[in-house]
This record gives sequence, structure tokens and C-alpha cells, in this order.
Amino acid sequence: MSDKAVPSSAKASAAHHNASRVTRHALPYFPGCALKDQARGFEDSARAAMAALGYELAELPRWNCCGTVYSLATDDLMRHLGPVRNLVRVQDLGETRLVTLCAMCYNTLARSSRFVGADPERLERINAFMDDEADYRGGVEVVHLLELLRDEVTFEAIEAKVERPLDGLKVAPYYGCMLLRPREVGIDDPDSPGVLEALLSALGAEPVDFPQKAECCGAYQTVSSPEIARARVGEIVSAARWAGAELIATSCPLCTYNLEHHQVEREERETRHASPVTRHEIPILYFTQLLALALGVSEDKLGFAGLKFDPRPLLSDRELV
Amino acid sequence: MDRIKEANRAVTTGIDDSAVKHWVTVYIMGKGYRVPADITIMQAMEYAGYRFVRGAGCRAGFCGACATVYRTAGDWRLKTALACQTRVEDGMFLVQIPFTPAEKPAYDIEEEPADGTPLLKYFPEVARCVACNTCTKACPQDLEVMDYIQAALRGDLAAVAELSFDCIQCGLCAMRCPAEITHYHVAQLARRLYGRTLPVPKHVLDRVEEIESGKYEDEFEKLLSMSREELEELYRKEQREKGGLNSRDASRVTRNGQGER
Repeated sequence: MSDKAVPSSAKASAAHHNASRVTRHALPYFPGCALKDQARGFEDSARAAMAALGYELAELPRWNCCGTVYSLATDDLMRHLGPVRNLVRVQDLGETRLVTLCAMCYNTLARSSRFVGADPERLERINAFMDDEADYRGGVEVVHLLELLRDEVTFEAIEAKVERPLDGLKVAPYYGCMLLRPREVGIDDPDSPGVLEALLSALGAEPVDFPQKAECCGAYQTVSSPEIARARVGEIVSAARWAGAELIATSCPLCTYNLEHHQVEREERETRHASPVTRHEIPILYFTQLLALALGVSEDKLGFAGLKFDPRPLLSDRELV
Repeated sequence: MDRIKEANRAVTTGIDDSAVKHWVTVYIMGKGYRVPADITIMQAMEYAGYRFVRGAGCRAGFCGACATVYRTAGDWRLKTALACQTRVEDGMFLVQIPFTPAEKPAYDIEEEPADGTPLLKYFPEVARCVACNTCTKACPQDLEVMDYIQAALRGDLAAVAELSFDCIQCGLCAMRCPAEITHYHVAQLARRLYGRTLPVPKHVLDRVEEIESGKYEDEFEKLLSMSREELEELYRKEQREKGGLNSRDASRVTRNGQGER
């Protein structure tokens, strides 16, 4: 886990051998609740994109909620049962790695894995409680799909398989918090990440840099203090627009919800004073939807129907759909 | 097999103590009783002198009325069972849970969307599940209760319906849950919603039509007009024909002289 932030080049040569195999790789995969409900397009597009790259996202036969929000109470081991039980399911399959898509699930599972791995006593107590399961022995590595694409599939290999380059499409990569913080589980540099930019470039798109790309969207404040999320989203979306973005790419259903939901409210509130750059809604896409689009996946598998702001007029304008 | 059959007959029809070869001691709400070794918890409680006015129903493991919590000698685990389906063990400490207090929201099933959203709307506490699996351990039907609550959390009606299909609503999962979820009500809502997504089977439509056309009215009238004695005789006759009750059982009465319920 210590090599999380190592750039792709260090692992690229070894990984390229794997990616070039003809056989399809089945990857133990944890969807998470949102991807089965509100964020179906995230999963559908990821499955289709990975199939195009020769990989199968093999959903765990049994899984439960990741725990949603990693518990910071170190003595409340009950909160770690959910994530650890999922790691036991991976172990039961004889596997040592679990691929995630949702940034929140990634964060919670990866941190819980480290939490129990760091202290045998904690693990023993959790195992003693879960007497209905095989003991978790530790060692399951939780990876985010972006890491896998960067380190194993490699962006070079992806670029070679692009059938529909996203030429000239200006996309703001929005990381939010969960992919980057805390540093121990961050998949990239928490202050200046570049993995999404590298992927977007490989797809032919033009990544748009903006200062708010690693800032918080307001997360669950959207429930109890929506004005906080509204303010955060206002800053993020405005900054992306001023930088010239036509789309925003995310890896988190909660970020997507906030960016879509509060963008609407902001529009409604500011219609009379709207400047040209804030007048129209900016579509929020999962990075896998852009990946699948570029890899030539058919439009019906891109999951655009679940999005609040339809990107198809824009994509059609660029002759991408 | 005869021995098992003999042991399974209802105690309320009487036990001849001189015929009992093996005895065990069980503690019902802390008080010790010597009872025949081959009988169920429910039979043992009746043997000890308890009379069930609540907390007993079908006596066949289907109705879920006789939830029991118990411990056995030398084991720290808190165990759960249906009293009518579980044999007594020596040193068993037990108590009945005849009722589970639970909020049961009212909803018009036709007004709700046939997807996962009503589950969290009516049972937001489902999101409190920490996947501790205590519900699953408590289930006397051996259902994967935690897995169906997790399926409810992600709005998967089909999975909830499948995994909870054999639920008898005994309430033991809800009594053990640290997140205070009422699993069986969640599952029932999910099955009702899921049912709306399925085509109504022809045999159900046919039967409804039969009922509405009055096909069974005469039989009901006949039963309703019979005296108690006539009903008892009819019951014995039918049991004999099915082979479920031998003539000895059929003629038996309990110690207190009342007929079997």
C-alpha cells in the first residue's frame, strides 16, 4: 500500500505483459449499494469498458454495505465488521485483491483493511465476534479501478484501444476527497493529482485543470446542512466552467449527486443574474462513461439515462454519439 | 421411527410418566423442572404446568408464534429457537418471547413505486445496519437475514424477496438487532412490492374466480352449522384417513379433561 502514489511508469513494464494477454481477466469486484441503485450508469459503463479492455468485473457473490464513511472511532470495532466481512468474502474466493469503483467504498474498505492489518489484537477481536465466518487473515488489497487502469492495464494500452477519440472534449476531472485522502490510501498525490488527467488524455479528451478539483463537494452535509453543499458545489462548478470545461468527470456517486442536485438549485436561484458561463447546466459523468464511450461501447451501455443533465446534445455536436 | 413419532405427539394429550425412560432438567424462567427427554420445549412447558394462551399457534413450525431464547449448560452463546420445533436439552435455561414490539408503518401498496425506494422511506433504520450478522445467527429458519437487509439497502427487491421467502415473522432477528431494525416488516414490504412486478399466476386468478362464484359457500355453511361434537368427530375421522393421528391419540383427553387445541 505504500506505493499508492507511485506514477504509472514504475509499474508499467511488468504490468504491460499482463494487459496484453488474450485471455479475459476476472477481477473480484465490489459494486457498493449506490451502483446498484442511483449510480447504475457507473457500473454499467465500467463493466462494458473493462470488457472492451479484456477484463471482467466479477461481482462478489455475497457482499454487504462497505460501511459508508470510515469510522474514526478506533475502539468501536463494530463499525469495522461490514468492511472486514467483505474482505472475508474475497478471501473465501481464494483471491487477494478487490476492485472498487465508488470512491467512498474504496476509501472505507481500503482504510478498514489497513486498520485491522495494523493491529493483530483488533483483528482477533473482530474475528472472535464474527464466529460465523472464517477468520480474516489480513492481506486483501483494495484497489480502485483508476489504479488498476494506470498500473496494470496502463494508459498506453488504453490509448491503443481507443476507437472513438474524444477529440477536443474539454473535461474537468473532479477527484473530491475519497480517492486522495488520507494519504495512506490516496491513489495519487493528494494536493496535485494527475491520474484522471492522464486517463482523459489517453482517451483523446482535453483535461481542464481547475483549483477545486480535489476539494470536498459537501458530502453528507447535503442532508443536514444543504447550504454547505450548495456553496461547495457553486465554487467547484463555477471554477470548472471558467476554466472552459464542458463536462465534469467524477468517481463518486455522492459527489455526482451533489454536483447535479445543487447545480440545479443554484441555477434556479441565480437565473436573473446568470453570467454566460453559468447559464447552462454542465453534465456530470462518471469517468467510466467517458472511457466506455472512447473504447467504442454502444450508446445503450453508457448509462446516460440515469444522469440529471444529458451529455448527448454536446456529444452529438462533437459527433461522438 | 416409532419412538420419534411417539415423542412428537402433543403432550396435552397426556404423558404416562411410568413409560418415560429418560428425563432432563430444564429451567423455565429460572425455575427448574424435570421433564421427559424426548419432548419439545413447548411440550415441556405444558408438562411443567404452563398453559399457552399466547405465544403458541400452529405447533408445526409455520406460524412463528413460539419464539424462544435459551442457553445451554457450558455454552456462552445465546441461542434462539421455535419452542414447537426444538427438543429440550439437559441444563437448558429458556424463556419465551411471545411478542415483538415493532412499529409497523401503514402504506398503500398500490400507491408505492415497485422499486427499492419505499423500503428506506418506511424503514430508514435499515441504513443503520453494520453487517454484524446477529440477525442471521438468531433466525430459527436459517435465513440469511443480514444479506436480505443489505439487499434492501441497495434496493434489490428480488433478492430480498428470495432470501426472506421462508420468514415466519417470529421476531427474533428484531429482538437481537443492535441497529433496532424490524427485519421481517422490511422483508414483507419488499415481497409485496416485488409481487407487483410479477404477472399474476393463472391458478390464483382461477381460484379467486371460484371463490367469488360461491363454489365453497356450501362447505363453509355445513361446517358453521355443526356442533362441537360433530366437528371433533369429523376431525378425528379426517386425521385417521390421513394417518396423522392414531385411534389411541384420537380418543385421549388431557389431565385437566380438556380436549386438544
